[in-house]
Amino acid sequence: MIPFTYNAPGSIDEAVATVDPMGPAGQGGAFLAGGTTMLDLMKLTVVSPPSLTDIQKLGLDEIVQEGDQVHLGARVTMAQAAEHPLLRDGAPVLSEALWKAASPQLRNVATLGGNVLQRTRCPYFRDNVSPCNKREPGSGCAAIGGINRLLAVLGTSENCIASYAGDFANALILFDAVVETERPDGGRDIAFDALHLLPQDHPERETVLEDDELITGFRLTVPEWARRSRYIKVRDRESYAFALTSAAVALDMDGDTVREARVAVGGAATVPWRAEAVEDFLAGQALTEEVAMEAGRIAFEGAQGYEHNAFKIPLGQRTVAKALLDVAAIDQTPTGGGSE
Amino acid sequence: MARIGNPHDRIDGRIKVTGDARYAADFAVPNPLYGHLVISTIGKGRITGIDDRAARAVPGVRAIYTHLNQPNLQPAGFFGSGQGQAQQSWRPLAGPDVKFYGEIIGMVVAESILSARQAAAVLGVSYEAEDPAAIIDAPGVTVEQLPDVGISVGDVEAGMADAAHTVSQSYETAPNTHNAMELFATTAHWEGENLTVYVPSQWVKGFQIGLAGNLGIDPQRVRVLSPYVGGGFGGKGTLFTWTALVAAAARDMKRPVKLYVTREQGFTVASFRAETRQDVRVGAGEDGLITTFAHSGRELSSRPDTYFVNGAENTTRMYRADNIQTSVSVVHADRQTPGFMRAPPETPYFFALESAIDELARGMNMDPVELRIRNDVDHDPVRGVPFTSRSLVECYRQAGDAFGWSNYTPEVGSMADGDELIGWGVATSTYPTQMAPCAVRVSLDVTGEARVQVASHDLGTGAYTVFAQAVHEKLGVPVERIRVELGDSRLPPGTIAGGSVSTASNVSAIGLACDRILQRLGAQGGQLEVEAAFESYGQTGIEEYAEWIPPAVSGGGRGSLHAGGVQIVGGPEESYAAFAFGAQYVEVRINRFTREIRVPRIVGAFAAGRIMNEKTARSQYLGGMVWGIGHALLEVSEVDPRTGAYMNDNISEYLVPVNADIQQIDAILVPEVDTKVNPAGVKGIGEIGIVGTAAAIANAVYHATGIRVRKTPIHIEDILPTA
Repeated sequence: MIPFTYNAPGSIDEAVATVDPMGPAGQGGAFLAGGTTMLDLMKLTVVSPPSLTDIQKLGLDEIVQEGDQVHLGARVTMAQAAEHPLLRDGAPVLSEALWKAASPQLRNVATLGGNVLQRTRCPYFRDNVSPCNKREPGSGCAAIGGINRLLAVLGTSENCIASYAGDFANALILFDAVVETERPDGGRDIAFDALHLLPQDHPERETVLEDDELITGFRLTVPEWARRSRYIKVRDRESYAFALTSAAVALDMDGDTVREARVAVGGAATVPWRAEAVEDFLAGQALTEEVAMEAGRIAFEGAQGYEHNAFKIPLGQRTVAKALLDVAAIDQTPTGGGSE
Repeated sequence: MARIGNPHDRIDGRIKVTGDARYAADFAVPNPLYGHLVISTIGKGRITGIDDRAARAVPGVRAIYTHLNQPNLQPAGFFGSGQGQAQQSWRPLAGPDVKFYGEIIGMVVAESILSARQAAAVLGVSYEAEDPAAIIDAPGVTVEQLPDVGISVGDVEAGMADAAHTVSQSYETAPNTHNAMELFATTAHWEGENLTVYVPSQWVKGFQIGLAGNLGIDPQRVRVLSPYVGGGFGGKGTLFTWTALVAAAARDMKRPVKLYVTREQGFTVASFRAETRQDVRVGAGEDGLITTFAHSGRELSSRPDTYFVNGAENTTRMYRADNIQTSVSVVHADRQTPGFMRAPPETPYFFALESAIDELARGMNMDPVELRIRNDVDHDPVRGVPFTSRSLVECYRQAGDAFGWSNYTPEVGSMADGDELIGWGVATSTYPTQMAPCAVRVSLDVTGEARVQVASHDLGTGAYTVFAQAVHEKLGVPVERIRVELGDSRLPPGTIAGGSVSTASNVSAIGLACDRILQRLGAQGGQLEVEAAFESYGQTGIEEYAEWIPPAVSGGGRGSLHAGGVQIVGGPEESYAAFAFGAQYVEVRINRFTREIRVPRIVGAFAAGRIMNEKTARSQYLGGMVWGIGHALLEVSEVDPRTGAYMNDNISEYLVPVNADIQQIDAILVPEVDTKVNPAGVKGIGEIGIVGTAAAIANAVYHATGIRVRKTPIHIEDILPTA
């Protein structure tokens, strides 16, 4: 770890004025929330920010219902969100994506704002030695041709196949979420599905956030039918492992027929990945096993496998299919507020 | 003596859970400096330049050692060659050549850990890199046939030609890294000419002698302390390369030096379980009797060192056969020297054997348990000598009953339950019963306090408790009044904590010492009335030093005990064949969509002579089986063949089972009396639990899916339908 300056400002205005320019590739300053990724990467000297601006005094740690929307503060912890009835009961997919991630210790400190910005686990990014366009723009991508079993098959480019490692974002993207941010010259709303950038020619640019822009919270609209939702996470071991593939699914069903579907895949893509073509395909379909498998196939259209991760394409297809069938099978006995 | 000993709670349990047990890093030394290793970032080549300007500019940096200013150290003697105590044959910083990725090429010493790490991070090293041959299949490796290692009985070619049923297959096992919870913390503290080293060790005596040799000083001046070890698994068995470096730096700096090896560095600076490639041929008659068995292995080692495990030495002892042939070759690659890891020979080689036996059973439509029972033997098929005791069939019966094997239906996929494919599989466990020379000191005083002292080790296995129980059984003193001191090289030379020798050897030696105390007190054979006995003895305390030398140890054993030698005897080598046996039954469940392999049930039964402590023994078995599940499904040290780097060098991506992976697990302790192995009647239990588990799981995966996976670990992609 390289020495750095530590600030703990008392207001959002002060925080965004204080932070050193964050810059691409995360080599500038940084906000510090739970620190579960940041401190790891600093110990490995993969990132060495000249300063950390701790946001622990900024509040931003509440979950509230605002009309038909749910507002999540950026400093809400993963554990806090996973257990909140608005998520646990109203949209299990969000709660499951949270509690199937990391370990209890990590979930107790990791925050939602930090979690959606979680850096990749690509070993060539983390080893601080190999060519990596994300860490050192223009140096190349050692993951292609290397040990890439855990890396992406969707949204890759010849410059980067690093997978997006988080889970919560794959569920959040289902609900037309908005990211609320602040900068010295004012705040803005960013559509959540526009927050992350595909690697393309600039893997070092991971989000559209500006050099001094702080995520303060999220707004999302959770339809009543999102009670029928699940997050399926496939991994080598039962807990505390990154997804090989995952699927976030919410279904509005009319009997056996899909009225509306929301589908996203994780573990297999470079960014949180909503599968809109699958959603279009499913609308109006009776959800049989064949339809579910076809939905999986559509979700991975255009996927590109590499030396050790090509299995993620059939596995991801099957994960989507299983998630759809599991969600369709959820017993939707009316709970009082529902119309079915 | 009870065949299954009292399940006494660990006498060190309380201090462990309250944090009072001191591990190597916990010992405070006055005014220490902190060391941090610098490791190579190429897989082969040489260092062409060191730019230490930035590193020296870091506040608090006191020294930077590289090959350009290497401390004056003597070469290490490689344990594997019988030449010494070290994990490898070279000393660190000996020159500019880089032998493998992650080799120690420097050490920074500074006033704080942070300064040392920071300076190490900015130390400029330039290299002339070559392409390494870093994996077992790489072009550019050198294959060394071992002509003196191997068994040849009868005629394997003729046997295979005549056999009604044959299996001829190749199997692969992956490299594994120990990843003990406790990192390799090392502290060196000189007081005048005397050096104390705190380091996690499974062999304090060997570390003491080896370290003295490295430093060129009298072993009497070196004390190595390792009272508690936070997981050893073989990885702390032989002297680490950096130990002498830390000691030399402390001597130079005239201050204690404390060093932590990071989790990442632990993947390359210490040892590992090497990958293997194995070929197995089995031939059997119509009746299922095995006539022919051939097993050959290729094992990876480093360029300079020949380390191998040759598990075929033991696979040949499992079943009857008339024609037997084995061979081993070592593949020298650009990697560090491998070393012991729990059941070093048996874990990989029994994966192959027990997979092949299952394939044989499938080929002849015979129940896999029945096939094994039918081929049970009461003598060693290689040398014809009898087993001291052998309860393999009883283990299969007891574990099978507990598991419910009578409900097994052999057809692939026949036991599916909804979306879950279910498979059942079995495999044999074994471990040779081994012993080593061991010296102990036992004392008893008139107040009824007893003490046992020995430079042996408790790696979390329960040795403290078991040794106290051994004294209690002999002297009758309550366990609570017996103090056990371990892990200090100044104590009488005990055993290396390896080869499952500890309990058998130490308990035998403790028995001798206690017998002498009883003899002096005139109480042999009877109940000891301590106070009265001392009254007539005329003295208020007795201290007895005793050595137990297994009869099979040749003349040099006694001397080598005090000189850092290890002479392990037993197993298949003596006038008897001595092994512990077990049988494991597993159930796997595999979701038909996503194909994750889970192990909801596993039952093992083990017979290992006398069990000293029912509770700690059960823990050993369960721990072994848990690791076996990890070995089968999770553990692999991923080497990038282009660089030789371990790409999953952390415990987020180097996966071992977590609690959620372990559901129903049970170990049955099958009572067994063996009066031949040693005076204690004890067979080792530290390693047998992991043996066979991976094969049982592979066999269950086949039963569930019809897909035979002949490699570890078995991953989702190995059983994913391609359509």
